[in-house]
Amino acid sequence: MTFLVQQTLIYAIPLMIVALAGVFAERSGIINLALEGIMIFGAFVGVYFVRYMQEAGTFAAAKEAGDWVTLQGFELLAMLVAALMGALFSLLLSFASVNLKADQTIGGTALNLMAPALVLFLIRILANQNTLQMAEGDAASWFMIKKTTLGFDRSAELGFFGTTFLHKVYLATYVCILLFIVLSIVLYKTKFGLRLRSCGENPQAADSLGINVYKMRYAGTTISGALAGMGGFVYALTTANCTANGDVAGFGFLALAVMIFGNWKPLNIAGASLLFGLFKCVAASYSSIDINGDGVYLLAEIGVSPHFYRMLPYLITLIVLAFTSKKSRAPKAEGVPYDKGKR
Amino acid sequence: MREKLSNLYAKDGTKAVLSSLISIVIGLVVGSIIILLVGMGNPSLGLSSAWDGIRLVFGGLFSTGRSAAGTLTFGFNPTNIGNMLFRATPLILTGLSVAVAFKTGLFNIGAPGQYLMSTAATLYVALTIPSESVPTVLIWILAFLSGMLAGALWGAIPGLVKAYLNINEVLACIMTNWIAANLVTWFFDGSALCNTAEFGKTGYVYKTSYNGVETFKMGLDKLFPGSQVNGGIVIAIVMAVLVYILMSKTTLGYELKACGANRHAARYAGIADRRNIVLSMAIAGSLAGAAAALYYLSGNTEFFWSTYQSLPATGFNGIPVALLAVNNPIAVIFTGCFMSILDISGLQLTNLTAYNEYITDVIIATIVYLSAFSLVIRMLLSGRKKHKAAAKTSSAVETKPAPGPSDGADEKGGEEA
Repeated sequence: MTFLVQQTLIYAIPLMIVALAGVFAERSGIINLALEGIMIFGAFVGVYFVRYMQEAGTFAAAKEAGDWVTLQGFELLAMLVAALMGALFSLLLSFASVNLKADQTIGGTALNLMAPALVLFLIRILANQNTLQMAEGDAASWFMIKKTTLGFDRSAELGFFGTTFLHKVYLATYVCILLFIVLSIVLYKTKFGLRLRSCGENPQAADSLGINVYKMRYAGTTISGALAGMGGFVYALTTANCTANGDVAGFGFLALAVMIFGNWKPLNIAGASLLFGLFKCVAASYSSIDINGDGVYLLAEIGVSPHFYRMLPYLITLIVLAFTSKKSRAPKAEGVPYDKGKR
Repeated sequence: MREKLSNLYAKDGTKAVLSSLISIVIGLVVGSIIILLVGMGNPSLGLSSAWDGIRLVFGGLFSTGRSAAGTLTFGFNPTNIGNMLFRATPLILTGLSVAVAFKTGLFNIGAPGQYLMSTAATLYVALTIPSESVPTVLIWILAFLSGMLAGALWGAIPGLVKAYLNINEVLACIMTNWIAANLVTWFFDGSALCNTAEFGKTGYVYKTSYNGVETFKMGLDKLFPGSQVNGGIVIAIVMAVLVYILMSKTTLGYELKACGANRHAARYAGIADRRNIVLSMAIAGSLAGAAAALYYLSGNTEFFWSTYQSLPATGFNGIPVALLAVNNPIAVIFTGCFMSILDISGLQLTNLTAYNEYITDVIIATIVYLSAFSLVIRMLLSGRKKHKAAAKTSSAVETKPAPGPSDGADEKGGEEA
């Protein structure tokens, strides 16, 4: 059970934060189809930053001394760098869709094609292979929080909640949850959030009240890019052992589906991403899920092909969308370039 | 509007060509700049290797390798040109697939999935019908048709959910892509079609030539010795012409384009909009299917079946092919060839320099990015919530194109208004 919860969280949290990234863009009126590409880019930047810092030896002393607080700071720094570069990358999309009023779907697709190409090109040159890894050690030895790091004894019994949420976890997961809550409040309870949402519903009315629609849309897409870039790195850190290979297996698109399924509302999105995280977790590790701890690996034993489990997240997405799409209510002005002269 | 646009297009054909050429040049320049930056930033590569890389980006098709002294040599290379035509075949067809969907206002990003489903169907038919009792020509035709059918069926799924359940076709296409990747892997996993005869080839399905099925060469192999070229390129060109006739000269083509221009107006005029959306996606799917069928029926290509983690790039590259061609089926032939020239350049880059083929994908992505601007007007109606934008009053969106700074689009916008 502990394993199941932890694995589900590992998949659900990046999904949640990237879906929120989608919300910020779409609520401001820009369709951010580039989430996948920005994630790929963010994952690369974060991993490269970690690798670069390791090679420079900046945090070697902290690692040597077992100073885990500094190492967690290192992790946060990498997340920040990934977020910054994700925001920068997303400017390509905002520039095209706000200033040039280009088609947002094609602009997003261009970024989705650009990110893996650029990333693989650089990885090949940097590492002479198709995967960029950490310079030394792995994510578990550098960044993972275990009960021993927290000062508990190796044999200490922490109970269900303790072992699930304090042992073998990443700080990044909790930072993402915190950010999700804070940003949801920003979106709904602040002046900025209200203005942002108004630009996605009726930009003409917003403009008539003195809100700069272009600025708001830039803000929405940039926040979106930052979150997606960070989400990409968190995904690489927690599920891929801090490696980047120019691929996040359609996670950005799943996040879009989660966003639509969650009806562009943070609370629903949190629920939806947990559901999808569960399916992703089943797909990735169905053979080692032991639900009630009696040594029976049910999913592996009922004899369903692993290919079916791998297909499940995508299949479920399609089915769920089929059932919910009639009720879904997208921001009214999303995907429509704003033109001041238009009525 | 689409009709008007295509008239405009006929008049402004030169402008469209010009804007595509500008996109191409900018794309190549961006690729060169990246090579230059990486070359300068990396002491082991240096400026001279960057210069080699840039020359290959522009003239990879005419590369003939390195001379004994280690400098790059250029010249007429029939093998490269033959391979270029061979690789252009599937690109032209996936490009047509994307273009047909675009004309109906749909974004077919599902070509990779349709391509994969067709691969499975084609290979299955081509390898399981015994060639002792059935003439190989007949097997070839059956395999080709079943590939197209599989693609059409797979393409119809996003069309159906778009038309009847109102799911955004981009998301549906992407989900069907990954479902197809898993299905195909499942289909071949442990099947008798996997190559067990040759050592180290278990990851691959048998070539169709194992069963004696091969695309006829039409003498092209004599023209371009040493290359993989075959009659597939001729079939692709014929199909491009057929699609052109379908879209421009038939009632069905007119109805499809009317749905793309304004789905609701089309319905008001008595056109079955839902049926046309499904039909358009099915046609698009069958074209992507034909791409896979021709590629794998060539007899000298192998399919790596464990594909659940990756989608075929040929499917995605149909998007830039169609965008560069401004969705004109005839122009797709040329842009398809251009994309495969880039492909060849990428290969030369990997073989002859320290750089790798991914730079050509960067160039392609840049070109797609640039074509997003020149399509401003054309695509104003489509996108995710196209019908909604259209429904929202008679919305100025349709009648008044937004001014775009890219030259081609701007001028068209002017005439439109």
